[in-house]
Amino acid sequence: MPKDHGIGASSKRREDIRFLTGKGQYTDDINRPGQLYCHFLRSDVAHGRIAKLDTAAAAAMPGVVAIHTAQDLAAVGGVPCGWQVTDKNGEAMKEPKHPILAEGKVRHVGDPVAAILAESLEQAQDAAEAIELEIEELPAVVDMKAALSGESLVHDDVPGNLCFDWEFVQENKDAVAEAIAGAAHVTRLELVNNRLVANPMEPRAAIGEYDAARDEHTLWTTSQNPHVIRLLMGAFVLSIPEHKLRVVAPDVGGGFGSKIYHYAEEAYVTWAAKAVGRPVKWTASRSEAFLSDAQGRDHVTTIELALDAEHNFVALRCHTLANMGAYLSTFAPCIPTWLHGTLLAGNYRTPLIFTNVQAIFTNTVPVDAYRGAGRPEATFQLERVIDKAARELGLDPAELRRKNFIPPDAFPYQTPVAVQYDTGNYGATLDKALEMADAAGFAARKAESAARGKLRGFGLASYIEACGIAPSSLVGALGARAGLYEAATVRVNPTGSISVFTGSHSHGQGHETTFAQVVADMLGCDEGQVDIVHGDTNRVPFGMGTYGSRSLAVGGSAIVKSVEKIVAKAKKIAAHLLEAAEGDIQFADGQFTVAGTDNALGWGDVCLAAYVPHKYPIEELEPGLEETSFYDPANFTYPAGAYVCEVEVDPETGRVEVQNFVAADDFGNVVNPMIVEGQVHGGLAQGLGQALLENAVYDAEGQLASASYMDYAMPRAADFPSFAVDHSCVTPCTHNPLGVKGCGEAGAIGSPPALVNAVIDALSEHGVSHIDMPLTPTRVWEAIQAAKA
Amino acid sequence: MYAFDYLKPSTLDDAAAALAREDAQAISGGQTLIPTLKARLAQPSALVDLTGIAEMRGIAVADGTVTIGGATCHAAVAGSAEIRAAFPALCDLAGRIGDPQVRNRGTIGGSVANNDPSACYPAAVLGTGATVVTNSREIPADEYFQGMFTTALEEGEIVTALRFPVPQKAAYAKFVQPASRFALTGVFVAKYSGGVRVAVTGASEKGVFRWAEAEAALSTEFSEGSLAGLSVPADGMIGDIHGSPDYRAHLVGVMTRRAVAAAG
Ligand SMILES: Cc1cc2nc3c(=O)[nH]c(=O)nc-3n(C[C@H](O)[C@H](O)[C@H](O)COP(=O)(O)OP(=O)(O)OC[C@H]3O[C@@H](n4cnc5c(N)ncnc54)[C@H](O)[C@@H]3O)c2cc1C
Repeated sequence: MPKDHGIGASSKRREDIRFLTGKGQYTDDINRPGQLYCHFLRSDVAHGRIAKLDTAAAAAMPGVVAIHTAQDLAAVGGVPCGWQVTDKNGEAMKEPKHPILAEGKVRHVGDPVAAILAESLEQAQDAAEAIELEIEELPAVVDMKAALSGESLVHDDVPGNLCFDWEFVQENKDAVAEAIAGAAHVTRLELVNNRLVANPMEPRAAIGEYDAARDEHTLWTTSQNPHVIRLLMGAFVLSIPEHKLRVVAPDVGGGFGSKIYHYAEEAYVTWAAKAVGRPVKWTASRSEAFLSDAQGRDHVTTIELALDAEHNFVALRCHTLANMGAYLSTFAPCIPTWLHGTLLAGNYRTPLIFTNVQAIFTNTVPVDAYRGAGRPEATFQLERVIDKAARELGLDPAELRRKNFIPPDAFPYQTPVAVQYDTGNYGATLDKALEMADAAGFAARKAESAARGKLRGFGLASYIEACGIAPSSLVGALGARAGLYEAATVRVNPTGSISVFTGSHSHGQGHETTFAQVVADMLGCDEGQVDIVHGDTNRVPFGMGTYGSRSLAVGGSAIVKSVEKIVAKAKKIAAHLLEAAEGDIQFADGQFTVAGTDNALGWGDVCLAAYVPHKYPIEELEPGLEETSFYDPANFTYPAGAYVCEVEVDPETGRVEVQNFVAADDFGNVVNPMIVEGQVHGGLAQGLGQALLENAVYDAEGQLASASYMDYAMPRAADFPSFAVDHSCVTPCTHNPLGVKGCGEAGAIGSPPALVNAVIDALSEHGVSHIDMPLTPTRVWEAIQAAKA
Repeated sequence: MYAFDYLKPSTLDDAAAALAREDAQAISGGQTLIPTLKARLAQPSALVDLTGIAEMRGIAVADGTVTIGGATCHAAVAGSAEIRAAFPALCDLAGRIGDPQVRNRGTIGGSVANNDPSACYPAAVLGTGATVVTNSREIPADEYFQGMFTTALEEGEIVTALRFPVPQKAAYAKFVQPASRFALTGVFVAKYSGGVRVAVTGASEKGVFRWAEAEAALSTEFSEGSLAGLSVPADGMIGDIHGSPDYRAHLVGVMTRRAVAAAG
């Protein structure tokens, strides 16, 4: 019987009631008395020097209160970067200034040049058109390979547009080269991991307000991590101490990574609210989102896999060009390095791995983490090259993987790329996926497609991800400028209801439901007794926020620790009230009992006693029932799984239709199966969207050719069959209290290679060995034509 | 968006008078125009809403002709039992334009007046040799379409109705552009006693066009086989991130065959 409450139950998402009835409170729903509207004048060229910027006429226009340019922000810091990568020579990455408003130069289409504050948005927009802006255009740096020549420089002080040149594992470089030179077989593949626009349903928005009487700043913003914004913006940009700065991230309509970062617009509205003495509101248009939200992926990679005569993987080498865009976004440097290089072992025993990553500045929108962040890029290249190797060697792709899997008895498993996997059973998920996908029946289905003139293909991919980000000491050693623990306060109110204050932030994940299930399960109470509070630095003690599938594994663990402390204290109170020894008190189903007796006390009696301490061990114990914990994980968590995709290709048009998609994931223990499935479905839609449809394309002038939904292809429900999702293969995480691993990114990580492998399988009779994503009809058709020619 | 006056006349004469104002512009479903206004790409002094004009709405099927008022939305055409009985291909075309929201606002007059090179209705209008009825004259389809976003309409002229001669057989084969889901290439094929018409949308830099060779071949014998060996040159086809001129030229052949097969 499935559970109907607590851990393991598919409790309905309580937050959906307000979202589905239009009662959500998003940043743009908030209006402050006397607020001004902010509009940014943005560069419409990718690269150039600001020759003239005259705001006088615009400033005199109706309703305009102020116009600011870089000059006005001279005392304000640039947008900081939260991660420092050290290059192959031991030197720090190049970290050019990212001004709030462009200083002297514009570096991408969308780079803000001036901010206009007016009584209405239309007045601000009218004034923007009256600003005299002249830009002397410089050659745009777009293509990464060309960027390295350094003929045109995005930042005058960064030669060759090279942010860093990183090697990992450096000590293995020669051994890998030798192993490849002496291998029985080497498979080589060049591929592109296409650039994506995150496209959360809610565009970014920010409201700044300043209370002069108290000298307090408030920022409402569309953020996945309000405390991180408070830290970065307060300490590095505006010099506002934490106790004078409140950051609120209310309901947030999706982020997928793009709302982790500290953005210039947030700093500007916070600063401007004080400068003009009125609240300042900015909401991005969808067009602005395309030109200013950090984008994802954009790697160009060459990968080589060496095998011995028995088909054991003996070495792996890859070289990647990673696009940083025009400026370093908050976590940009760690994505192609530590979140990517450390995943190159995948699910396999490959003993020798070496990767070289060159991070390049270009005149494009900054690139940072996007659902999966580094791990999809690692998985894609690995699972593609393995498939290609199997094809070259005439092997069954499933068998080649099985042969090289880390066996279930080898855990904990130290990879050659720094991370140590705690648990896993990769063969189990692969078996499960193949069974669910009816691999045995594929030949008949292929024949049936062929009879209709269609090509059918079957593709699979295994994946592993490191999430539950992250042990602070480890990431600190790798260059993070922050710790990555999570905090939680559990407040038991006098009548026994429970308020949980979590540093995790929900923007689609369903925390208000899942976290309540955990607490209710531990305390033996009704889920309705538990309220989850998040997203406000004045209410929540601290928090590092939600990304990297960390909320349950890290934030949930902090909640568990606090609940454990609550139970320990409540037992002491109960022992006193029951006049029994503390060691004899047992707590189950919300009842305190004395072992071996009928003496019992309800949860409510103990809570009340904590706040009305008439009969209370006051000398040993403080009144009240509230506990705070900071949980810093001992390791990453390692969800893993196997995905199978079956496609049908129309050779006449190149159109790919996904016929079936199966995901068998090991997420460790699962708190709410329905929410987990929803997360997987969403991840799959984004991963398949990347593989089939989505592509951020810049032309040679640095204009985004896919800057609206007319040209940027978003996946839609009708593009996919219903996904078959399973999470019955469980190896619980060994180092967090719930044994959970995280499920938010898996779908987006494992699905692109499964789909591409399926299409290549379908086209193998035409001799096509690779097509770069997205596999649009025109690309597939062209690949078939090229192979025929 | 810039400020503008909004007028909603109830007669054609009042609409024509309103459109005579300097920089006044007609609005029907607003599905093309409103996004343009939001992006500040147009600055009309007044919008003249045509959807309040009774004679521009509605559907009539009589004497081998389907007549559709210019302000009739796509959903009404898609869902019309009368049209479906006489000319089902037109319902199918309308039912595959955009999404339900677009189909319930966007209108045939707006689509034909706009003449987007990737729009669907122009293929049906040209592919049937329909008549574009305006407030001042009747324009044969062959004279009406004059290139991307260009038509025979004069400034302020209003498309009041479309008159389609009902074909013996017809079908529209649409290959969607992955992002916009407009036609990357769409082909409308219609068979009449006097011959076959083939109109192609989405493919050419000159907008919707007739494929004469295919028409001649299909007029001789209405079968997929008649199209064997026929192709349109890639020269002059649209090339963009969704498809090269070669690809579009190839799709014209494929979609024409599929339309013939679907027409039966
Ligand atoms: C998301 C989306 C998807 C779409 N998908 C498709 C698709 O797949 N296929 C397709 O064909 N179209 C598609 N469209 C376009 C849609 O069909 C529009 O309805 C149509 O192009 C314009 O019609 P409208 O009534 O909205 O015109 P409006 O936007 O109101 O007007 C468009 C232009 O025509 C003028 N105009 C309007 N009515 C008249 C008239 N009666 N006489 C003279 N001038 C007039 C206006 O002044 C304006 O210049 C899509 C639109 C959207 C937003």
